[in-house]
Amino acid sequence: MHDASAGKMPTARSYLTGLALALVLTAIPFVLVYFKLLAATAMLLVIATAAIIQIVIHLKYFLHINLTDAPRENLLALCFAATLIFIMVGGSLWIMFDLHDRMVTPFEQQPPSLH
Amino acid sequence: MPASTAGPEAQSPVDRSEEKAFGFWIYLMTDAIVFALLFATYVVMSRGTAGGPTGLELFHLPRTFGETMLLLFSSATFGFATLAARARDGRAAVLLLLLTFILGTGFVAMEVGEFRGMVAMGAGPDRSGFLSAFFTLVGTHGLHVSVGLICILVVVGQILFKGLTEPVGSRLFRVGLFWHFLDIVWIGIFSVVYLPGVL
Repeated sequence: MHDASAGKMPTARSYLTGLALALVLTAIPFVLVYFKLLAATAMLLVIATAAIIQIVIHLKYFLHINLTDAPRENLLALCFAATLIFIMVGGSLWIMFDLHDRMVTPFEQQPPSLH
Repeated sequence: MPASTAGPEAQSPVDRSEEKAFGFWIYLMTDAIVFALLFATYVVMSRGTAGGPTGLELFHLPRTFGETMLLLFSSATFGFATLAARARDGRAAVLLLLLTFILGTGFVAMEVGEFRGMVAMGAGPDRSGFLSAFFTLVGTHGLHVSVGLICILVVVGQILFKGLTEPVGSRLFRVGLFWHFLDIVWIGIFSVVYLPGVL
């Protein structure tokens, strides 16, 4: 096997399926945002969902990573990176937005000080 | 792991190219962490426009959509180049790689045009925290794509002059991993930067 590290052997079919699904998942958020078809919160939800599904599609059909026959070490590295990203990005956003909220609270709304 | 017991000369070329692919995969994961932190920085800074232009004024969705299509189709043509190389069809592989190169160059050209337009209207990276983070994130991706374009040319040259040998095929495979990875990062960029930016 030439590319055992790539998991399953890629075929023209897998690239075309990936391309078609990616096109649909790109078109949905762009059309919704361009024509302003949803409220802002619902729009953000659709953008996030389409992005996550499209990333999985790219991993599966372009990078040929899947849960059954991709090499174990590659999956392990991917999961480790995902954990690090979750901790670092999640932690940064949590801290920074908490700080932001505390900084911009008007003086009158702050809890009474001790003196 | 054969690497721990045998020296490199005891391994077959296939084992070595698999090991290199795994090493390259580790590099891609570290690169993903770099991008993830640039994304986090952007999200934190995105409201810090300092009275300057916002995403709504600066981003032009049809252009972003064009860039997205160029990169997506280049990912597909790279996939077909990989298939052609595996079928030992060097000519088709070179043509498909050149097509990938043209699509990728189109992407970089559109991005450079966008950056130049923004700087010309006083919305350069020095204007606000939002724009610093924007140029850092999108620019880092653009630089990666540019490096990928150089790698594609190198592999094309190697196929032309050395033929589809085992090391050349293994390099082509790794450049392919890099190229598909950059397309995934771009999904994050249009979903985090451009689309929410014009809401």
